[in-house]
Amino acid sequence: MKYTFPLAAVIALVLIAWIGSSIPGMQYFFGVAIPYLAIVTFVGGFCYRVIQWAKSPVPFKIPTTCGQEKSLDWIKYDKLEAPANNAQVVARMFLEICLFRSLWRNTKAEAHDGPKLTYESSKWLWLFGILFHYSFLVIVLRHMRLFLDPVPGLIQVIEYGDSILQIGAPTMYLTNVTILVGLILLFTRRLSNRQVRYISLANDYFPLFLIFGIVVTGILMRFFLRTDIDIVSIKRLAVGLVTLQPAISADIGSIFYIHLFLVSTLLVYFPFSKLMHMGGVFLSPTRAMANDTRTKRHINPWNPDIKPHSYAGYEDDFREYMVENGIPVEKELPPKADD
Amino acid sequence: MAVVNIDKLSKSVVKGPSLMTGSNPRKPWMEVPAVFKPGNFAYPAKVDIVKYLDSQSGLSFPNAREWSPLDEDWKLPENWKEIILNGLKERLEKFRSLKIFMDCCVRCGACADKCHFFLGTGDPKNMPVLRAELLRSIYRNDFTLAGKLFGKMAGGRELTIDVIKEWFMYAYQCTECRRCSVFCPYGIDTAEVTIILRELLHLVGIGINWILEPVSNSNRTGNHMGLQPHTYKDNTEFLVDDIESLTGVKVNPTFNRKGAEILFITPSADVFAEPGLYTAMGYLILFDAIGLDYTWSTYASEGGNFGLFTSNEAMKKLNAKMYAEAKRLGVKYILGGECGHMWRVLHQYMNTMNGPADFLEVPKSPITGTVFDNAASTRMIHITEFTADLIKNNKLNIDKSRNDYVRATWHDSCNPARAMGLLEEPRYVLDHVVNNWVEMPENCIREKTYCCGSGTGLNTDEIMELRMRAGLPRANSVKYVHDRHDVNHLACVCAIDRATLTSLMDYWVPEVKVCGLSELVANSLVLEGENRQDLSEEGLRTMV
Repeated sequence: MKYTFPLAAVIALVLIAWIGSSIPGMQYFFGVAIPYLAIVTFVGGFCYRVIQWAKSPVPFKIPTTCGQEKSLDWIKYDKLEAPANNAQVVARMFLEICLFRSLWRNTKAEAHDGPKLTYESSKWLWLFGILFHYSFLVIVLRHMRLFLDPVPGLIQVIEYGDSILQIGAPTMYLTNVTILVGLILLFTRRLSNRQVRYISLANDYFPLFLIFGIVVTGILMRFFLRTDIDIVSIKRLAVGLVTLQPAISADIGSIFYIHLFLVSTLLVYFPFSKLMHMGGVFLSPTRAMANDTRTKRHINPWNPDIKPHSYAGYEDDFREYMVENGIPVEKELPPKADD
Repeated sequence: MAVVNIDKLSKSVVKGPSLMTGSNPRKPWMEVPAVFKPGNFAYPAKVDIVKYLDSQSGLSFPNAREWSPLDEDWKLPENWKEIILNGLKERLEKFRSLKIFMDCCVRCGACADKCHFFLGTGDPKNMPVLRAELLRSIYRNDFTLAGKLFGKMAGGRELTIDVIKEWFMYAYQCTECRRCSVFCPYGIDTAEVTIILRELLHLVGIGINWILEPVSNSNRTGNHMGLQPHTYKDNTEFLVDDIESLTGVKVNPTFNRKGAEILFITPSADVFAEPGLYTAMGYLILFDAIGLDYTWSTYASEGGNFGLFTSNEAMKKLNAKMYAEAKRLGVKYILGGECGHMWRVLHQYMNTMNGPADFLEVPKSPITGTVFDNAASTRMIHITEFTADLIKNNKLNIDKSRNDYVRATWHDSCNPARAMGLLEEPRYVLDHVVNNWVEMPENCIREKTYCCGSGTGLNTDEIMELRMRAGLPRANSVKYVHDRHDVNHLACVCAIDRATLTSLMDYWVPEVKVCGLSELVANSLVLEGENRQDLSEEGLRTMV
């Protein structure tokens, strides 16, 4: 059920878009209404989630230190792994977000006879993750070409870089291959690593299948079903969407609507799923805070008013013993009645 | 509880059918209930202790009752479900960490084999990700749109009594060591999840005695061990006598002395039992050797804080004594002894909870003049920072050869390593007081260090097998350096370690003893006017 339901859901989405978009008059619904709805949900939902997070305070400053703290002057401290100020935190976060630094540390543990535990470096997850995420990023940026007129130089540079191998006509993009490879490897890992397979939920497979669907329809459209596709009409639609003057022409094939519908689904799904790790990583209190709690007081807005069991109460409990044993007291013992 | 035979356990951790050893669980984890049997759970807290704590201002420990994990009926209050869900809602509103950690996990599995409990038990629910999913599944079901719409398809499940039982089992098979958070790409910290789970369980009167009794002791007598002032002083004075017979030097500690420059606070375990006693002797010798103007306190006689393992309120209440006592005695600043979780509280929580300590001064070593700017606000420094500074400034007369019976390795305790970053200071000190010491393998030290397996109040004997399993990764890396380098001492700066690693070594690597860093420092000191016995075999542990 963990695999079949998400797979069936993605197939259903494809069928809905395929059949729906071929019904006369429905092109507007799939080409304009759904994308607008998706964008609004994505932006609104994403902001809502971030605001919801931000509404909860950070009562305690709890960075995970992965290196030497700043202490005595002559001890070299680890600015990246135990950042002492916000600039260093930014550097730590940059490496975390852009290079997946924590995953780079990954090891694989095994138990052997003896017992003997072994740990070896295991960077596969890091590699698959980098492959997937950067391919996705480049693809998203590349698609900006469709929405912007004139196309900014940076986008052209990215597109040029992505097609640098000059294979085939139309030219194959590197990211066509790398994102597919990334997705397949991540999926394979999810199935073949016993621990990961056991923890995986339907909501881990769904986005994989969905993005796979998006990539495949995109590739089909570019390389195999081109006759159906009038790129000028698509650009007109895309620019129209951005400028709030959407125009639909009849000469766009179903494969485009399927692609667009899957993308829309991803946008709607995004804010309500684990994909929000994209936003959450910026706010993680164990990474995004400086290890400076002894130099600067961090304020907890709901710090409860709790007093310790008082010294007076303590002395009252034990005064006699304290006096007998020469421990100083605040209040001497009362004179004994028979004195 | 008798501990299982070592050969049997050695086979079991490698060959026993578990997710760690290559066997696949048949059922999805949501369908596997927690099964309690003698030996796999810590005893519930005694009724009078829970009632006492509930009676203290600022604390809430409701629903005290007799109950047993072995019983079908845990006698939960009638509206337990409402209590738990409201408690979770309140905590989601109070802790951003909780919200982020509930929402961001992608189940990549990077944390899975990083947990010592998972490595030692192979129980899938000891993978940090699943430990968090135990709570996350309830969070999804009741607090997220996706969960409300799609329920189980979105990874949600209904809160039932079986879930509560499962929480109790796995919130007490986590030592909040934070090793998983080092490897998580989003820094998700299972310690936060465990802390919240334990807080929620306390709301319905579920807690363990090995934690709540020390909390209650610490509240009333000033320390976890429940040592009353005269006993605390007596115990310390026994050590003074021992020091005199070993070294010929009579040290003169003072207690609750107003006007002292420095208040010294260390875990009470240090004046309670071996091998912590030798560390306490170490402090006494060191402070006397440098002529430090300091005092012990019987009121603030606990460095550790089992409140951290209970609830943030309990942690604050116990911790508040330190500043209160520093203020009452009029000291300039506080010096803290060797303890792991104590330093998580002092480094990351104390200033926020009980500061500002503006009645104290920025710590300055009276011997070297060094100002500890890194504690400019908290005004409390770690003994190892203090000692490292003394050595750097050549203020100690050290004869390293006095520690030649020691071939040491260094155990980074979880909290000083991952919640503070105290890594180089102890190594620097070790370099200067011991001739022979080696590091354990690189994936087992510094920020990747392994827990002793019995932290967060799990150092109780009724779960000994669990402790020996959870401690296996640590023991295994000690064994590695013992086999190759003949290491015979495992040095550390943690009171819980000193107690629990001793049991762990006795079981897995019996040739290795556990010692505190200050014990080694003091044993290497050449004291003025000393008349030292032959201590070449066992240092301060020599029987004379």
